[in-house]
Amino acid sequence: MENFLAQITTIEGFAFYLFSALTIVLFWITVMSKNVLYAMTALASGMVLISGFFFILGADFLGVVQLIVYVGAVMALYSFAMMFFDATRNIKENNTNSAIVFVLGGLSALALVLIFAAPIHNESIQALYPMHEGVGNAQDVGIILFTKYLIPFEVAAVMLLVAMIAGIILAGKKMDNSLTESMDEDVEDEIMKRKDLK
Amino acid sequence: METTTMIGQLPEVTYAGVIIKAIIILAVISAVAGFGTYVERKVLAFMQRRLGPMHVGPFGLLQIAADGIKLFTKEDIVPQHANRFIFMVAPVITAATAFIALAGVPVFPDFVIPQEVPLLGGIFVPSIASDVNVGILIVIGMMAAGLYGPLLAGMAQANKWGIIGAARTAIQFLSYEVVTGLSILAPIMIVGSLSFVEFNNYQGEHEVWLVFYQPVAFVLFLIAGFAETNRTPFDLLEHEAEIISGYATEYSGMRWGMFFIGEYANMITISVIASMVFLGGYNDLWIFPAALMIVLKIAFFFFLMLWVRASWPHIRPDQLMWLCWKVLMPIGVINMLITGIAVMLVLE
Repeated sequence: MENFLAQITTIEGFAFYLFSALTIVLFWITVMSKNVLYAMTALASGMVLISGFFFILGADFLGVVQLIVYVGAVMALYSFAMMFFDATRNIKENNTNSAIVFVLGGLSALALVLIFAAPIHNESIQALYPMHEGVGNAQDVGIILFTKYLIPFEVAAVMLLVAMIAGIILAGKKMDNSLTESMDEDVEDEIMKRKDLK
Repeated sequence: METTTMIGQLPEVTYAGVIIKAIIILAVISAVAGFGTYVERKVLAFMQRRLGPMHVGPFGLLQIAADGIKLFTKEDIVPQHANRFIFMVAPVITAATAFIALAGVPVFPDFVIPQEVPLLGGIFVPSIASDVNVGILIVIGMMAAGLYGPLLAGMAQANKWGIIGAARTAIQFLSYEVVTGLSILAPIMIVGSLSFVEFNNYQGEHEVWLVFYQPVAFVLFLIAGFAETNRTPFDLLEHEAEIISGYATEYSGMRWGMFFIGEYANMITISVIASMVFLGGYNDLWIFPAALMIVLKIAFFFFLMLWVRASWPHIRPDQLMWLCWKVLMPIGVINMLITGIAVMLVLE
């Protein structure tokens, strides 16, 4: 308890506990809310707060990447999908077998927490690639990426390229015809048919 | 958190200094945003051979006060079927992200409050509120987060124009973020740093503006900047002839005012980035001192935005997407490739 008090009175400790409490509350809202807008807003702001942890740890570059990738791109895509719902109404969820889902979900969450929290009791935790004094974050990440992790990095790049080409092919099949124009033709055909029936 | 003082011999940055800096930024940029509305109306009026605001005060100067009183006292209406909470929070997101972005850019030079001032005397106020090593990325990231303002506003208000405005927000901001990022990557590769201070020092040491090395990136950045700040010819989010006011249709009073302040703060941020990265930053030029140069450069970009608004009509949404994905993005990628090869050859 004394340890906790000593931690929370430092500015970093205070920021850490504040960010963690807020993040947990926001993600809880994301899961439990029945309103699309609340869930989306909570998830986006939770992502912003997670970048706060990176800044506390001095990993400025990763914090900014978290902001740009998750807040700027991934969440914006989610919200684009949410356009198709009526955002102002609550969604009726139909949960089946909620007891089994609850137990299994809770157990796997517990297992994950234990797996990730276990090394805390081990004293011999060391950073494999510690930050260098006087060298920027971005340079540190770059050096590791292009030496030790070059092959995984290139494989990920190829995967992204494949996904991009697939996306273009899927979306671009009928790129030359305008949807609006073809719709107009359909509507005209419909009107002609009705006239014929009369 | 460690506070890095880039130029030696400077006093250490204290929390009090950062807080004072934040208050200065908030006060000055809000005031400049208010004055910006007056300047915008006057400049547009002269370009279109009108007079603009003339009746309140000399040359209509007090029009700002009149507008302010109107905004503050106007009733704050929340529509019947809207999602109250999100509707009320959305304008705050726009204003807040715009000002957080300004925390990463240099506004005014460093100074120490004189000892005569009671309580605050002797506090060092830094030029950048939060001088992290990745300043440019912070500004771009926060401006990217700014898209939630119009997006949530449009979706929360139970209004079809609002929904269309929100959809346009998502596609326009997402698309042009790509162009901003690609265009600014080329100068980053030349300087080799993500800090605004480094950009300034590089251009000071080499006595060259980066716009001469990177004219293509400069033009791309300006176009994308216009789109990201929702300025004409890319103001499709609130295109009044098509979708009434887009995401801002149902807003009134101070909540609408917050969108406005956010937009003006973003215009200033884009102006600051453009002058810091491409036009030499706060370095002396010939006989002109540094402080005057940076203000002149920022003012020029602000004026350019008004000039463009007076000169060009809106473009259609499909033209906007065509421009982004079929013209600007390929040019950006090619520019980056060529810069990469050139930097590699020079380094060898």
